[in-house]
Amino acid sequence: MKTDQTHPAPDEPTLAMDAIRKSLQPCMQCGTCSASCPNAFAMATTPRELWRLLQLGFVDDALAAGSFWMCSSCYTCTLRCPRGLPLTEVMAALRRLAARCHPEKTGDNATFYKTFLDNVRTYGRVQESALMTSYFLTMKSPTLPFAFLPLGLRLLGKGKLHGPSGTQKGRLEGLFNHAATQGDRT
Amino acid sequence: MKYAYYPGCSLRESAQEFDVSVRAVMERLGTEIEEIPDWTCCGASAAESVDHNLSLALPARNLALAEKAMPGLDVLVPCSACYLNLLKLQRNVLADKSVMAQTNALLGDEGLAYTGKTGRVRHLLDVLLNDIGPEAVRAKVEKPLHGLTVAPYYGCQILRPYRVFDDPERPSSMEPILSALGAAIHPWTMGGRCCGASLMATHKEAALVSVGEILRAAAAAPPDGQEDEAGGGADVIATVCPMCQMNLDAYQKQALREGGLGVAGRPVTVLYLSQLIGLAFGLSAQQVLLEKNLAVTEAFREKLVHPKELSTAAVTTA
Ligand code: SF4
Ligand code: SF4
Repeated sequence: MKTDQTHPAPDEPTLAMDAIRKSLQPCMQCGTCSASCPNAFAMATTPRELWRLLQLGFVDDALAAGSFWMCSSCYTCTLRCPRGLPLTEVMAALRRLAARCHPEKTGDNATFYKTFLDNVRTYGRVQESALMTSYFLTMKSPTLPFAFLPLGLRLLGKGKLHGPSGTQKGRLEGLFNHAATQGDRT
Repeated sequence: MKYAYYPGCSLRESAQEFDVSVRAVMERLGTEIEEIPDWTCCGASAAESVDHNLSLALPARNLALAEKAMPGLDVLVPCSACYLNLLKLQRNVLADKSVMAQTNALLGDEGLAYTGKTGRVRHLLDVLLNDIGPEAVRAKVEKPLHGLTVAPYYGCQILRPYRVFDDPERPSSMEPILSALGAAIHPWTMGGRCCGASLMATHKEAALVSVGEILRAAAAAPPDGQEDEAGGGADVIATVCPMCQMNLDAYQKQALREGGLGVAGRPVTVLYLSQLIGLAFGLSAQQVLLEKNLAVTEAFREKLVHPKELSTAAVTTA
């Protein structure tokens, strides 16, 4: 366990990818996952195709296709896979890997999750209005806030948005720091 | 019955009506809920996408706090996403000693450890169905929801990947509760369909398709043509998850307009199950914070004020 701290980053992505490929090895390409996925219609490669790319070692193509950003973690594929593979977790592992290996290509996708966790780190509990504000700031998209503005105004009118609460502020700072030194072992 | 209560972040923010109605309903049902002191975010759906260690440590911290302050109590979780995060962590830690060691190493700085001595992680729906039971619910009903057709919507994370208290393919756990309230059940197969979850923030166009399909199925006439007063279809969708509620409620107009198919839909009220229970228990619209829901239809309000039985009785005596 100590070795992770003495040899951190360099080979971590490779280890993570090996673990992913190993867990996908039993996939028999039956296509149940793709047929069950409510978001397959919006993916560049279906889940089954993604697993095949990874099985055959086309890691860069798999990461570039980016289908894992369209996964809504509904666990339907995991439930139905006749091989019992942990597919939803693989999707999440691919998002982590893509964000680390090709941050320049993950675009807006990684930003939301990252901003979300930054919010948790700062406030201890998610503060929705602060989250949306920093999401808009990080995305630097002039039109994005307008896409959410009508909803924002309605939520405001319903008294659902308010300034961030400070009760748990900074509470998770130590835990986040500690977790960052441990390295990804999956 | 007493539970360690984990509300989760949403119930303190945009889903206050869920928190308030859960507390009110559980009190009427004679159960005691005590909030886990100092609880923090469970990581939601973001932690696992960013950092594996945090996806272990964030839920574990809350279970460790529960174990310390209320050993042995089951942990009651109304939010489906929080429920799955806590449940998954509990299962992983109990199944694998090395995961327990890794997780507790992350918590060590605060002097916390999660060893599994707390009770089970339980979803609100599980507790209502199996600990309290439909009969005890029925006994508290003061204003039966007669004439109201409800579409039970379960979403993803209380059903999958674990089979705990319902069938993930054909969920039905809400039906005995809704029947106990006097409501009719909308027969549909979309109850376990994903609402798009956080894709609504990152890929809205895809999430709107899912939301549109769910809303249309809720508003559609039942297949065998048994028309009801809602003009065929549900008056209200009952949810047990803040993310599902927000996606189905707040994006209705857009989903019905843009969410694929190009078929016109009609608005449907989307309430938390606990709000419906509260209304049937005689709580006022204010007491269950009905004003916080965005898409409450006039037809729904009308039915609340004039339940079916009363209005037909009035017609016959006139
Ligand atoms: S359902 Fe399982 S075995 Fe079938 S293609 Fe998908 S991952 Fe492979
Ligand atoms: S978990 Fe992701 S990949 Fe699997 S069915 Fe759901 S959306 Fe598709």
